[in-house]
Amino acid sequence: MALLSVQGLGVRFAGTRSVVALDDVSFDLAPGEVLGLLGESGSGKSVALKSLLRLHDPRATQTTGRIVFEGSDVLAMAPEALRRYRGGTVGMVFQDPGLAFDPVVTIGAQIVEAVRAHEPLDRAAARQRALEMLERVQIPQARRRLDAYPHELSGGMKQRAMIALALACRPRLLLADEPTTALDATVQMQILMLLRTLQREAGLAMIFVTHDIGAAVEVADRIAVMYGGRIVEENTTAALVARPRHPYTAGLLAATVDGAERGRPLTAIEGAPPDLADLPPGCAFAPRCPSVLGNCRVDRPVLVRDGLYDGKHACWWPRSPAT
Amino acid sequence: MSRLAALAQPPDRGGPAQPLLSVSGLRKRYAIRGGLFGPRRHVHAVDGVSFYVAKGETLGVVGESGCGKSTTARLIARLVAADAGELVFDGEAVAESGGLALREYRRVLQMVFQDSFASLNPRMTVLDAVAYGPTVHGLSRAAARDRAANLLGRVGLGPALFASRRPHELSGGQRQRVNIARALAFEPRLLVLDEAVSALDKSVQAQVLNLLQALKAEHGLTYLFISHDLHVVRYLADRVLVMYLGIVVELGPVEALFAAPRHPYTQALLAATTAGDPARRREHAPLGGDPPDPVDIPNGCRFHDRCPHAEPVCSAQRPAWREAAAGHWVECHLGDPASSHSQV
Amino acid sequence: MLLLRRLGRNPVALFAAALLALVVGAALFAPWLAPADPYKASMLRRLAPIGTAGFLLGTDELGRDMVSRLMYGGRLSLLMGALPVLFAFVIGTAIGLVAGYVGGFVNSAVMRVLDVFYAFPSVLLAVAVSGALGPGMSNSLIALTLVFVPQVVRVAESVTTQVRRLDYVDAARMSGAGTASILRVHVLGNVIGPVFVYATGLVSVSMILASGLSFLGLGVKPPEPEWGLMLNTLRSAIYINPWVAALPGAMIFVTSMAFNLLADGVRSAMEIRR
Repeated sequence: MALLSVQGLGVRFAGTRSVVALDDVSFDLAPGEVLGLLGESGSGKSVALKSLLRLHDPRATQTTGRIVFEGSDVLAMAPEALRRYRGGTVGMVFQDPGLAFDPVVTIGAQIVEAVRAHEPLDRAAARQRALEMLERVQIPQARRRLDAYPHELSGGMKQRAMIALALACRPRLLLADEPTTALDATVQMQILMLLRTLQREAGLAMIFVTHDIGAAVEVADRIAVMYGGRIVEENTTAALVARPRHPYTAGLLAATVDGAERGRPLTAIEGAPPDLADLPPGCAFAPRCPSVLGNCRVDRPVLVRDGLYDGKHACWWPRSPAT
Repeated sequence: MSRLAALAQPPDRGGPAQPLLSVSGLRKRYAIRGGLFGPRRHVHAVDGVSFYVAKGETLGVVGESGCGKSTTARLIARLVAADAGELVFDGEAVAESGGLALREYRRVLQMVFQDSFASLNPRMTVLDAVAYGPTVHGLSRAAARDRAANLLGRVGLGPALFASRRPHELSGGQRQRVNIARALAFEPRLLVLDEAVSALDKSVQAQVLNLLQALKAEHGLTYLFISHDLHVVRYLADRVLVMYLGIVVELGPVEALFAAPRHPYTQALLAATTAGDPARRREHAPLGGDPPDPVDIPNGCRFHDRCPHAEPVCSAQRPAWREAAAGHWVECHLGDPASSHSQV
Repeated sequence: MLLLRRLGRNPVALFAAALLALVVGAALFAPWLAPADPYKASMLRRLAPIGTAGFLLGTDELGRDMVSRLMYGGRLSLLMGALPVLFAFVIGTAIGLVAGYVGGFVNSAVMRVLDVFYAFPSVLLAVAVSGALGPGMSNSLIALTLVFVPQVVRVAESVTTQVRRLDYVDAARMSGAGTASILRVHVLGNVIGPVFVYATGLVSVSMILASGLSFLGLGVKPPEPEWGLMLNTLRSAIYINPWVAALPGAMIFVTSMAFNLLADGVRSAMEIRR
């Protein structure tokens, strides 16, 4: 049975302009699997992640669809069950480690607080668990760092501490929202390796949101590409990179500077990511698509399973995998 | 007064062999406010940097946080006063008596910043923003607005549609194009691009990179391209300069540097780039620890505490800056026959 | 302008604006609208209650019509509220701009000097300067301006320092433009907004301070109508006719509230900008 099953998730933000951040998003996650959510600004990837934990303001957000975690409907959870779910069963790592920590409380105290909120441990036992976690994320001199304040740690260390915090209650699913975007290259690689190691050791499932294909490929087993609040393609990492079916995926891969030939212009995608408050009818990518045809601008393509090969795509005229 | 109107571009004085910009011994440090009675500590942001930029080339500058590349850019642009060092532009010393006047320097050298939004005055229209520079240098308002309109068109923002827009009405990629147009309005010879494409979406980044390449050829520009993204640098640059903790550790032609990096830090940086291929995933993190703060500079080689090849000589003595191969310079004991490092 | 449109959608701000329009209108057109001569006294009619025929809001301790006194009083009170803030706005922005842009030693010197003034509670400072200069309207104007300049400079310097750090100021420096041109074209426009919002909030404070000065005998002199002065002279009448005695206070309260609410509205309208 899938660990997490998202069915037809839709999120609309009210406001001066109503924004459809997510539109009919569906995907499954098996236990121990790493799913990468790849997309640029305005693709809806962060919104999807936050919806899994119901982190949006209910007064300003309209959520439709179903999120089923181990059989329970997340969107219908009672407050007490939701509290246990958040942080206990599902942990989250945010993009900016500096913002996720309370600056006036030590790292150790924050981890202890999280642990004790979910498990009936006394202070000493919780502190021991915090120490274990800091050591598992390979923070040097972990005992000293327990009593350090967030501003005393470097960016990379803070991110490790945040991972420790997210994993402290032994969750079954880890949500990571652009965890390495703000870090230097060498530190990014350390954190990606760490996430992979921890995920393998604990059999943890993970959803990794990023705009960087390279990072997604390093970590994910499967990748779902998002555009304009919708999933446009989903496949195993190897298949997606080798045989992209959706023109946007193909465009993203072609536009990667990695491996581009010097002196030759890059294959760029025209235009800019869409405004979610003003999405065109039909396919969201149609205004920029190099292979757009008549019905693309009128009918919205549905995410379908590929008949011959693995994976799913949402395109009326998917690219031939032979290219 | 109307030099801009008369000439298409400032004259090339020294000929092709003379470097366009020559930087020597740049130094900048910032005092940290310590306690009242503690010793004065400093952040050695740039600690003796020297290099040159040849005419018509793209020099890539790479390094991580704390390496000093952004400070170096600001020192070169003279936005910040250097503690020491010399700038020579096409044979003329900058802002020294008998040399190039600062005002003239501010025309031949322009900069594009990373934050496309903060780079534009939120109250000015795009056209006015681009036209402002030339008016400072004596062009009439009408002529400046004309030139601005042309440039906006050239960078892909049709003036009919975009001229009267303000920054918050544009996307990140469009704003960066405006910044490029603004820099070009001066008809500069050297363009410093400080992480100019880093904040853009990948699909937009490719467009802007193509634009930069085209403009370089059209206007005969020279680029100093600062970036943390090695893929982009490999694509764009002719030579690459690697900085660490305020100094240059390696400098060489792009292919040679990427194929056979000589400094262990460069090797680590290259190993830290993602491969984009699930079959070739990294197994080990190439470098432990974090990019250090340039406050307490280690003795000897600055990289020795993180270097996998470190030996006692590395912590005792700073390596010599030597030419390891044609045009490929490195500061490292490894491979230096004159040092007492075991591996040569 | 977009700002006014946003303001128009804020019911509280609209209400405050309407109220202010009423008060200012009454003060402005007092010579034509006032039912009676504000200086005409009559001991027979003194302290008539509210609703007396011919004297809608009663009369004061010298028998002068309250409605007219309040309307004419509004002129002086509003003037004493707005003028010092206006002067402080101009002087303060200029000083703050320069201090914030130049930074370094000049900035520290200016800010520390102003800190000395800032350290005094406004009322005390106003009373002290006013007392030293002597009673009279122009002296209290000077005193109040002096009280507000340090506060405006603080805000202006703070905003200028933030703006100064933004890349577009660096880009302007890189264009070779002179400091004056950069300040005028790039910095001023972006600093004025927040400072203006702050200054609008100061008007009500200024009015209250001015009324306080008049109350203490340091500002406007009798028989000029001014709300603070009227409060003072009506003090003894509080046992005889408390409603009339409270009227000038009510006017001060209502006008200050209106200014504050309007300032809040302007601040919100400017914030949603992004």
